[in-house]
Amino acid sequence: MTISLNARNVVVTLAVAGLLLLPLYTSLSGNVFALTLFTRIVIYALAAASLNLIMGYGGMMSFGHAAYLGIGGYAVGILAHEGIGSGFIQWPVALLASALFALVIGALSLRTRGVYFIMITLAFAQMAYYVASGLARYGGDDGLTIYKRSDFGGLINLSDRVQFYYLCVGCLFGGIYLIWRIVNSRFGLVVQGLRSNERRMQAIGFSVNRYRLVCFVISGTICGLAGALLANNTDFVSPAAMYWTRSGDLMVMVVLGGMGSLFGPVLGTIVFLMLEEFLSQITEYWALIMGPLLLLIVLFGRGGIDGLLGRLRRG
Amino acid sequence: MLLVVEQFLNGLQFGLLLFLLAAGLTLVFGIMDFVNLAHGSLYMMGAYFAATFVAWTGSFVLGALLALGATLLLGIVLEFVALRHLYGRDHLDHVLATFGLILFFNDAVRLIWGPAGLALPLPGWLTVPIAIMPGVYYPAYRLAIIVVALVVALLLYLVVMRTRIGMLIRAGASNREMIGALGINIKLLYTLVFGLGAALAGLAGLMQAPILTVQIGMGENILILAFVIIVIGGIGSIRGAFLAAIFVGIIDTLGRAFLPDLLRQVLSSTAASTAAPALSSMLIYLLMAIVLVVRPEGLFPASRR
Repeated sequence: MTISLNARNVVVTLAVAGLLLLPLYTSLSGNVFALTLFTRIVIYALAAASLNLIMGYGGMMSFGHAAYLGIGGYAVGILAHEGIGSGFIQWPVALLASALFALVIGALSLRTRGVYFIMITLAFAQMAYYVASGLARYGGDDGLTIYKRSDFGGLINLSDRVQFYYLCVGCLFGGIYLIWRIVNSRFGLVVQGLRSNERRMQAIGFSVNRYRLVCFVISGTICGLAGALLANNTDFVSPAAMYWTRSGDLMVMVVLGGMGSLFGPVLGTIVFLMLEEFLSQITEYWALIMGPLLLLIVLFGRGGIDGLLGRLRRG
Repeated sequence: MLLVVEQFLNGLQFGLLLFLLAAGLTLVFGIMDFVNLAHGSLYMMGAYFAATFVAWTGSFVLGALLALGATLLLGIVLEFVALRHLYGRDHLDHVLATFGLILFFNDAVRLIWGPAGLALPLPGWLTVPIAIMPGVYYPAYRLAIIVVALVVALLLYLVVMRTRIGMLIRAGASNREMIGALGINIKLLYTLVFGLGAALAGLAGLMQAPILTVQIGMGENILILAFVIIVIGGIGSIRGAFLAAIFVGIIDTLGRAFLPDLLRQVLSSTAASTAAPALSSMLIYLLMAIVLVVRPEGLFPASRR
């Protein structure tokens, strides 16, 4: 693989370097806020990357991806609430719960296609939202405060901002590496083939839904990891993390960055959350600008940021 | 028994209200193949317009009519400025663009009317209870909603099935190139259909406004309900939307009213009171999942597919 000097690679390299060096900048400048903001960005980028795996490569428009954020988060929160603080238990449970949820939802949802698929994934996520709202023991509507972050036996201290940040960055890059390996494997090629021509793949002899389902479960599991990170970041988990507008946010991040591009969701998340942050500093009514901006991006910005960078290279 | 009748009527009223919302959604989807998440925002705008105009004019009916006109106009402007450029794109683009519109409308409302909700008081003649059976009283306003929604449903049916414009609308749904080739101004037709959908959403919003508070984001929950309905009913089918809406309205209302008692029969009372609210909120999503698993195209799929 030759790496050429083009706009896309330059931006991705700069973004990666920026993410890695950020704690250095914050410790030099004393700007702790940037670290807090970027911890959040990195976690959401992982969630967006997981959504991109099924949306961009698999052609499955899941409108309920935020459910895994909540499930991963609640797994950590509930275990912590019950006195099980070890991350070695909390995190595998979070991953397992997300995987199981994705398995059930995927198996049922994949019977449908198109808008029906968008809507049924949404419906299942809403069910998870209402279940969480009904958990009276764990805060119900008000959510659950996590008094102690996951404990990794002195291996890594999650309460230390910089250590936690690097853990999140590690998870993000690990997730992207995993997605890269999947996408370029035989399995990933079949899934991408299904996106372009389902009938043909079926005719060749692939069992369509089994491949899609495995991909769906992997995506949900990665997003569950993001949920566990998010719960540790905010020390709090609530049903709001699963509400359907949150799934919409994730979709926007993916499309903004570029569907089916490896680093696209990371760029999309950075731009989306930074925009949200800065617009909300300028005006209380930031969505007044963000909404139409989104519309314009959909209308004129085909391929998202990644597509734009790709065009720069050619132009 | 009395309670059952009352809850049943409440369910019917809610279902008919949902139908108004779902009819617009499924019209726009069936004819223009356009997924409009901002439909809930039009519902919200209908309610805000109504609260404003009723306060201005001092008359409930006049205010409601003005609000209806305003929502119609808003729908037409929205279609003309933004949405018509999205026809023919894939559904994901629709979802994202209209998701952006939701953000816009929520903040626009916050800017204009402030973050606190509004109340839309009912005139005296609509608050009296009416005897529907000997000894059974039902609020006049809820009865009025039932009547208005039924009349609108009937009118919609007549317009779509019996008039020339309805014929064009149906023709557009099955083959848009063909009716364009026949010399029909399809752009105008689409704008009209979208305006009609917006007005229906506005009507649902303004009629619901006196029962709930008028507040930001009020369209979001109910929008998802409307989507559930058109998915259950079969996308693009008005008849399916009508039956599914009534079904969902009644199931949802009865579930909320009676599920706690039913659960108490099988579970301990603490377990029942914990499980009941979540379960009754989930009920219709569960219903939709079951319907889709059994019939992936909905109960009454539109014949063209």
